[in-house]
Amino acid sequence: MSSLTIRDLRKSYGNVEVLTDINLEAESGEFVALVGPSGCGKSTLLSIIAGLESVTSGEVRIEDRVVNNDAPKDRDIAMVFQSYALYPTMTVRENMTFGMECRNVPRAEQKETVEKVADLLQIGPLLNRKPSQLSGGQRQRVAMGRALVRDPKLFLFDEPLSNLDAKLRIEMRSEIKKLHQRVGKTTVYVTHDQVEAMTLASRIAVMYKGVLQQYDTPKEIYERPRNKFVAGFMGSPTMNFLDAKVVAHGDGLGLTVDGGDGAVMPVTSEKSAGLTQGQPVVFGVRPEHFNPVHAHRGDPIATLKVLVDMVEPTGSETILMSRVAGQNVVASVEPDDAPNEGETVELAINMGKICLFDPATELRL
Amino acid sequence: MADATTHQEFDPLATGGMRRRLVSKAIVYGALGLFALVYLTPLLIISLNTLRPLEDIVRTGFIALPEAETMTLRYWGEAWGSFCIGGTCEGVSRFYKNSLMMTIPATVLSTLFGLLNGYVLSKWRFRYDGLVFGLITLGVFMPQQMTLLPWAFVLGKLGLSNTIGGLVFVHTVQGISFTTLFCRNYFVSIPDDLIKAARIDGAGFWRIFRRIILPLSPPIVIVTVIWQFTGIWNEFLFGTVFTSGANQPITSAIVAFSGSGTGERHYNVEAAAVIMAAIPPLLIYVVGGKYFVRGLTQGAVK
Repeated sequence: MSSLTIRDLRKSYGNVEVLTDINLEAESGEFVALVGPSGCGKSTLLSIIAGLESVTSGEVRIEDRVVNNDAPKDRDIAMVFQSYALYPTMTVRENMTFGMECRNVPRAEQKETVEKVADLLQIGPLLNRKPSQLSGGQRQRVAMGRALVRDPKLFLFDEPLSNLDAKLRIEMRSEIKKLHQRVGKTTVYVTHDQVEAMTLASRIAVMYKGVLQQYDTPKEIYERPRNKFVAGFMGSPTMNFLDAKVVAHGDGLGLTVDGGDGAVMPVTSEKSAGLTQGQPVVFGVRPEHFNPVHAHRGDPIATLKVLVDMVEPTGSETILMSRVAGQNVVASVEPDDAPNEGETVELAINMGKICLFDPATELRL
Repeated sequence: MADATTHQEFDPLATGGMRRRLVSKAIVYGALGLFALVYLTPLLIISLNTLRPLEDIVRTGFIALPEAETMTLRYWGEAWGSFCIGGTCEGVSRFYKNSLMMTIPATVLSTLFGLLNGYVLSKWRFRYDGLVFGLITLGVFMPQQMTLLPWAFVLGKLGLSNTIGGLVFVHTVQGISFTTLFCRNYFVSIPDDLIKAARIDGAGFWRIFRRIILPLSPPIVIVTVIWQFTGIWNEFLFGTVFTSGANQPITSAIVAFSGSGTGERHYNVEAAAVIMAAIPPLLIYVVGGKYFVRGLTQGAVK
């Protein structure tokens, strides 16, 4: 059963359309990440789901009930804000009971629920403190606790980790994941951090300029991005895009990089379907698919000769900033295999992992 | 803990040599002392005159120390309870009561309306809310004299001429401009996410106001209360124009001293009455002054 359905949703402020034809569905218990760059409309979409903003046209359903005109409080949702939005004059306990107080939940039951959630999040000792006396991680926990006491149909998270430092962010990330596994509630999670989306979500909705670009599992989004934007947005360092041309190669087809030395990289038969000779394409390779050492045996390999401009060792891997025929190529290789700056080296490409895009429509071929 | 001092915005020890510090200290305290003297001298002279018999004042002038054998506190009592002003001989006590009856309700009401207006204008935005706010705050810049005639008309129509209730009404409405301006600018700095969170929690307009906004308001309430209390207490024009005789607030009544026309001026009694009239606003300042400055700048610097 799907617990959240969004159909043909549009939102505009005056003449500016910020969301265009959004269609999205979340199964019960699913963890959906809304991801995209700033201003892509992901937070607006979340506000609309929460009922804090109105719908211009289309439909939002929570468990088969259209909630377009329901007030936030009647939607049975709970939300965690980026700023945490803890009520500063109330103690942690009062913060957590405020919602129940508004819904006239009996005192005994309030107390019981708070104890239970406090146990779950290990914030029991903080219950009588004010938010100003808490650290960032503790505030984050309390904000989640306030959402949990409601036992809602839908959890909404609005960039909950972006105010934390890097280390704490990773800790809280796995904590959110654990929590979701334990509680099993449908969750919509807004983030601009693609790593957060990849690690947490069961499905990712990539948004750009108010349009839902792709809605799929993390693996599918990473391996088979629908278009150039999704391919470039997900993954770090970002995918390389090289202008190339389809040429004949033996029985099948191959690619040559525009302006290069004419070396042909053979395309696997499954990727060459629909390609015609002479067709211009955008050749997309992720930096990690350059490293021959990572290639499994039997992977189709092609080689590309690049000039290394700069070498950035990160410890676990070494990033090569290089060029081929004036086009930039970023490759990530084993530190031991790294060439020196200024060298021209041949890199192996795992042709089974590449993506080809149409230069005009930017869609994946 | 969070409020432990781990750094200092300005470290006076890091500005240079000892000598320079001493010299600059001397200059600062010297200047402050001089200004304090200028401000406090009139108060001192008036205070001393309340203790001196009239003959003494007439003989040696205003500026003199009271003589030990003739010094007395009885002029205070006279000013409070038995001095004749404008035909009645009850001292200023009646007018004092009038002023309190006018100032306290008007302060409370205008502060409440200001809080409510500020809440709506900052957290429940609506079409043309900026225009509404602009119109309300226009009152801040409007000279009081301009409003005299309209108010006279309104009070007359409502049957509130020459009543304390009428003055309460005028001061409440006049005060809303200021209190709205203060409260709205203060509330703007309260994050909107709090309101959103409360709405999701199921709180409505009034519950959010009562449970979220009001508990955050003490700094601005102190500002508006001080501002309104002192402003309304010291206000003179409306009191003089719209009330007369026994219904006047103390500021207007004191003017009657000079206009009573009996020939002889009771400087000592008048001085006591003037000081009495000045005590309530002074008290308010002493109690809340610290919060006043802090609250006024809050939200303004952002």
